[in-house]
Amino acid sequence: MTTRNSLVRRMAARAAGHAITLFARIIAAPRADWRGIAPEQKQRVYYANHVSNGDMPMIWSVLPAALRRQTRPVAAADYWLKTPLRAFAGAEVFRAVLIDRRPEARTSDPMEAILAAIAEGSSLIIFPEGNRNMTDDPLLPFKAGLYNIAKARPDVDLVPTWVANLNAILPKGEVIPLPLICTVTFGSPVHIQPDEGKDAFLARASTALSDLAPPPHDRVAKGEEARP
Amino acid sequence: MTSTTGDIALLVIGTFALLTALTFLGEVLALRRPGPVVETYRTRVHSWWAMVILFGLALILGQAGVTLLFAFAAFAALREFLTFSTKARADHLSLALAFFVGLPLQFLFIWLGWTGLFTVFIPVYAFLLLPIVSVLRGNSDRFLMRVAETQWGLMICVYCASHVPALMTLDIPGSGDRSVLLIAFLIMVVQLGDLLDFWFGRRIGRRKIAPGLSPKTWEGMLAGIASAAVIGAVFAWLTPFGVLGAAGMAALASATGMFGNLVLAAIKRDKGVKDWSHLIPGQGGFLDQLDSVLFAAPVFYHVAHLVWMP
Repeated sequence: MTTRNSLVRRMAARAAGHAITLFARIIAAPRADWRGIAPEQKQRVYYANHVSNGDMPMIWSVLPAALRRQTRPVAAADYWLKTPLRAFAGAEVFRAVLIDRRPEARTSDPMEAILAAIAEGSSLIIFPEGNRNMTDDPLLPFKAGLYNIAKARPDVDLVPTWVANLNAILPKGEVIPLPLICTVTFGSPVHIQPDEGKDAFLARASTALSDLAPPPHDRVAKGEEARP
Repeated sequence: MTSTTGDIALLVIGTFALLTALTFLGEVLALRRPGPVVETYRTRVHSWWAMVILFGLALILGQAGVTLLFAFAAFAALREFLTFSTKARADHLSLALAFFVGLPLQFLFIWLGWTGLFTVFIPVYAFLLLPIVSVLRGNSDRFLMRVAETQWGLMICVYCASHVPALMTLDIPGSGDRSVLLIAFLIMVVQLGDLLDFWFGRRIGRRKIAPGLSPKTWEGMLAGIASAAVIGAVFAWLTPFGVLGAAGMAALASATGMFGNLVLAAIKRDKGVKDWSHLIPGQGGFLDQLDSVLFAAPVFYHVAHLVWMP
């Protein structure tokens, strides 16, 4: 009974995965711009800007299927375990590495879970800002996580990944996504230099990411989502 | 088989023959002189195949098929336009209404043939309602720019696009169910006129129409419009206009379309983009492909209505 149940759940998870990529394509016709690297089967950590809950599914959708199967997003447990539906999507559709953002409540070290997933051979999608960026700056200051990954696994490519336009497609607090075109740009991989300190590395990684942002075509209203 | 279906079949077969010849030419060129120019040409021919097959299928399905096809094209075009338009978070609901309510309703009215409603729905009701929805969120920054660009997008991508299937609602005496052929006529003369404008422009073009904005030349454009008129006369049997009338309508549609292409080139330049999107390989976006047809359709519709309907 359990095996049949798990088979049904696995099939449901695969169907849901296809439905999500199809939905993303209908709404945003997302395009991958492989500017700094080729889409090859290589272990990578894609680190991306975070403005909307749609960011992660969008990156996930533009990855070629073979790469997608190998890629797991790192996501907040408090969000993805809130309802049974989210728990199903997070754990079984996206196979997310769930980590607890609240230091006071956590029972395990999030870095351990991340490094274990890398050790298993998975590629990861992470949002090093930690939270959705609601400010006018292109990026919030990065948390230490990216530095810790870079130090522990200097052999893995850290790929800056800029998701454009999602702040207009699905801003925080909105339910209906707007059909607008989304481009996901993958830049040249970043590796930590010997003797590079935490702040210097995070600043360099952050610049590598914000450099991928397209120039503003829309003169967006002040106080909302202007980019420099 | 009715004569209309027979004529559609004839058109489709003729276009397939032309595309087969162009595909063959591409294969030969790729063997003789391989290079990026030939590759672009081959990609474009592939996209033309896809477009012609889709359009042919829609014509065979009749009114429902053509309405649905242009509803999807309008959706894709509006998505490209609004990706680059000025907007704010306060416009989220009004933009969602434009996509998910305004657009389907406009094509529904076309399909039902409610002329009185589809001619005023976007220019009057969407025009008045969407700014109201936006203003309720209380952000006045660049307000006029935001609502004006949204309305402009709706007019071009939805209202103008809907005038292609609207041609089927025209009840021109003596034409029966042949109005679907008018759509094939319009699209053919406009697109071929554009191609020939480009071809002549490269060869005999001297004086640029809008220097720094578009490579279009007066010589190329005039030759393109004249060719469209000749093509229109040759295909007069698709229309109720007669040979001279068909040539005149083709020239009018082609000229309007070419200037429409210039207008959208200016908007692209203003927004700092080269193509509206990447969705049609080799051609750019839906809006790049359809800009001339969008401008030509309402003019073609109204002149046909004015001159040939009592």
